[in-house]
Amino acid sequence: MDMKVAKKKLGIKERYGHMTRGLGWEPTYQPADAVFPYDKYEGIKIHDWDKWVDPFRLTMDAYWKYQGEKDRKLYAVIEAFAQNNGHLNITDARYLSAIKLFWQGVSPLENYVVQGFARAGRHFRGEASRVACQMQAVDELRHYQTQAHSISNYNKYYNGFHSQRHMWDRVWYLSVPKSFGEDALTAGPFEFLIAISFSFEYVLTNLLFVPFMSGAAYNGDMSTVTFGFSAQSDESRHMTLGIEAIKFLLEQDPANVPIVQGWIDKWFWRGSKVLALVGMMMDYMLPKRVMSWKEAWEIYAEENGGALFRDLARYGIRPPKGWADACEAKDHISHQVWLLFYEYGGAAAFHTWSLTNEELDWLSAKYPDSFDKYYRPRLEFLRDKHARGERVYQSTLPTLCTTCQIPLCFTEPGDPTKISHRETVYEDEKYVFCSVHCQEIFCNEPEKFVQSWLPVNQIYQGNCFNPDVDPTAPDFDPLKAVLEYFKYNLGRDNGEFEGSEDQRNFAMWRGQASKN
Amino acid sequence: MSVEIKAVEIKPLRNTFTNVAELIGGDKPASRYQEATLGVQATTNMHYRPTWEPEFELFDPRRSAIQMREWYDLKDPRQLYYASWTIQRAKEQETQEANFDFVESRCLHLSLPDHVKKLALDVLLPLRHAAWGANMNNNEFCSRAFSEVLISPAIMQAMDNLGIAQYLTRLGLLLDEPEVLDIAKAQWMTGEAWQPLRHMIEDSFVVRDFMEIFLVQNFVFDGLIYPLIYDRFVDDTLTSQGGSAVAMLTSFMPMWFGQSSKWVDGVLKVAVAESEQNKALISQWTTTWRDRAVAALTPIAAMAFGNNQETMLNEVVEQFNARAKKLGIVA
Ligand SMILES: [Fe+2]
Ligand SMILES: [Fe+2]
Ligand SMILES: [Zn+2]
Repeated sequence: MDMKVAKKKLGIKERYGHMTRGLGWEPTYQPADAVFPYDKYEGIKIHDWDKWVDPFRLTMDAYWKYQGEKDRKLYAVIEAFAQNNGHLNITDARYLSAIKLFWQGVSPLENYVVQGFARAGRHFRGEASRVACQMQAVDELRHYQTQAHSISNYNKYYNGFHSQRHMWDRVWYLSVPKSFGEDALTAGPFEFLIAISFSFEYVLTNLLFVPFMSGAAYNGDMSTVTFGFSAQSDESRHMTLGIEAIKFLLEQDPANVPIVQGWIDKWFWRGSKVLALVGMMMDYMLPKRVMSWKEAWEIYAEENGGALFRDLARYGIRPPKGWADACEAKDHISHQVWLLFYEYGGAAAFHTWSLTNEELDWLSAKYPDSFDKYYRPRLEFLRDKHARGERVYQSTLPTLCTTCQIPLCFTEPGDPTKISHRETVYEDEKYVFCSVHCQEIFCNEPEKFVQSWLPVNQIYQGNCFNPDVDPTAPDFDPLKAVLEYFKYNLGRDNGEFEGSEDQRNFAMWRGQASKN
Repeated sequence: MSVEIKAVEIKPLRNTFTNVAELIGGDKPASRYQEATLGVQATTNMHYRPTWEPEFELFDPRRSAIQMREWYDLKDPRQLYYASWTIQRAKEQETQEANFDFVESRCLHLSLPDHVKKLALDVLLPLRHAAWGANMNNNEFCSRAFSEVLISPAIMQAMDNLGIAQYLTRLGLLLDEPEVLDIAKAQWMTGEAWQPLRHMIEDSFVVRDFMEIFLVQNFVFDGLIYPLIYDRFVDDTLTSQGGSAVAMLTSFMPMWFGQSSKWVDGVLKVAVAESEQNKALISQWTTTWRDRAVAALTPIAAMAFGNNQETMLNEVVEQFNARAKKLGIVA
């Protein structure tokens, strides 16, 4: 055949450029600021979007191919898990609390960021950055949906999963991740990117996924292991987006550096507070433990994060302000949060329990500097009370931090006996915080954080009862009314594990399935 | 120590999540589509107003003038969720890839008559920018939409639009040198025939009502462009002149349009039937944007069909009007 011309071979970078950057154009019939109205008000200056480095080069044809293959495999496992009663392979029904916490508190965030990344994927002026954000948007849709489909099977047999969506908008402890997600979504597109792609995906994601997924693997939960590992290749793309995004912002203009630094300070601290829930899960909820929260923090935050911030120093970025305090807290937060949930166990939609001696010894060994001194005595005291038939349940409402929304349960840096507490008066109103860092976040954006929907305050104002209840009735039980507003099945979703329906059913079904 | 778990029948405590049960008439076994989408978006007790749009709540149906008693009625008849979408697209991509391979391996792209190749490039390549515009609009729709039943298909639609823009790019790169992409972009920016279309698309970028964005892009623009370009221009005009290779390289597009129309029709039909106000508004949007789109497509039809332009465009408009009428739209 007679070839007309020898065609030029395009390099991968050039070819990808045609597939992404080449598609866009500068509008002329509408002002660019009308088409892209959100990328200036945060004060970030971008001089040249062409300097954006593509974090990965994936065209849609390749995307569909890889993702299609992954999902064919993943759904085969989900299917088999459901067919074969895979849930009976978990170590112990206590493990279910870990997945409940994930489903209630993490999965909704996956879904939240779909819209956030779609907005970023529409509103940055640089096409290449938009394509990267869009791919993350649709990946996050995948994560939420694969989690819903995996957990669907647990929901059929166990409590605490059924009303995750309803609870997310109402339940006291879920306002911690909810306000975190909404803080990011209501921020401008650049802050959103630093909050989610950099601070969360790049700096902290390993502290969320590695503990949950290895916890699942250790505890026989094949379904969670599979969706977790299947999400990991997406996550590595999300992480590179985070690191490329921050470098790009920092290189574009020196005036961006202090703005980005402020966001890093804020989002690192906010993220570390949300992760306190993961710490509790690792140290207390896994019948078979993987590593302690403290060990995970040392590897994934201190080592990896330390190296990262040494690397970013050349841009004038220093480690986040709360870094030292967050590192000190690694000895304490998992215990403090578990004690909180144990004592407020009546109001949590997962079970809590007393630890065995073996488990207490494990914690003593993992936390030589703090556990025996501050936490073991309290846990043993609570266990003794429970053994005497006096399971402790707190019924007074706690005070919430206005920023992170966690009840005041953390202690003062340097003094693990003293609950940390800060106050600020803003426009004649008093606001309370768990730490100096949460206080500072508030003071930087008071107009935003005065809007916090604080569940405890809302309960006091009577906003957390179903419309058909009558708070003036003589037999009105406010706590019960609130839990009904949360859509708890009282006595089945909440409270002590020992004697729970989940415990009984799991034991019975496993007995049936393993008998010959 | 792992136990041998036998397959035993265990009676479930419940069939599905309560947010799903509430929308399917009680606790019944639910499909993957239902569990992935129904009742999923947060609806209440939001913490902060968006700094980018403080006049609305973060999730707020008031971002559209369309009103629904139940937004979850606007379901996707295709029942797509991420996995079914990506698996289906992977299959379709395999076919499209095989077509690219077939054309390339038999050098069909080299044996296209010159005038056919030129015509194909002149008409199709600037449309990669229109597909990118569609991607922008569907991202905007996704980010502003209320209820997961819209959000979830919106982002998949946006990614499909990107895929189409990329297939058109590959077509250009296969048929000719990379410079043809620059030439086509120059046409898009300044070529007379393309200005009304670009003008209209840029105007759609400043629409803020999410249902209007949905309608303008996925119903009106796509509903006129795809039948005109892929059915009539590629499949008829080019093929009859020895350009069937082009039809192979774009086989994804008409197939995709058929599928996406099912979604668009499903949503609009229910929104129109909801109330007279919705019907009036949707009819008005349809009329305005259709008339504008027809005018914008006229010079492109002239380029594509020559003398035949009026017949072709009229057929497409009639087909579109009939479709609108079936949905209860008065336009
Ligand atoms: Fe994710
Ligand atoms: Fe992610
Ligand atoms: Zn706080």
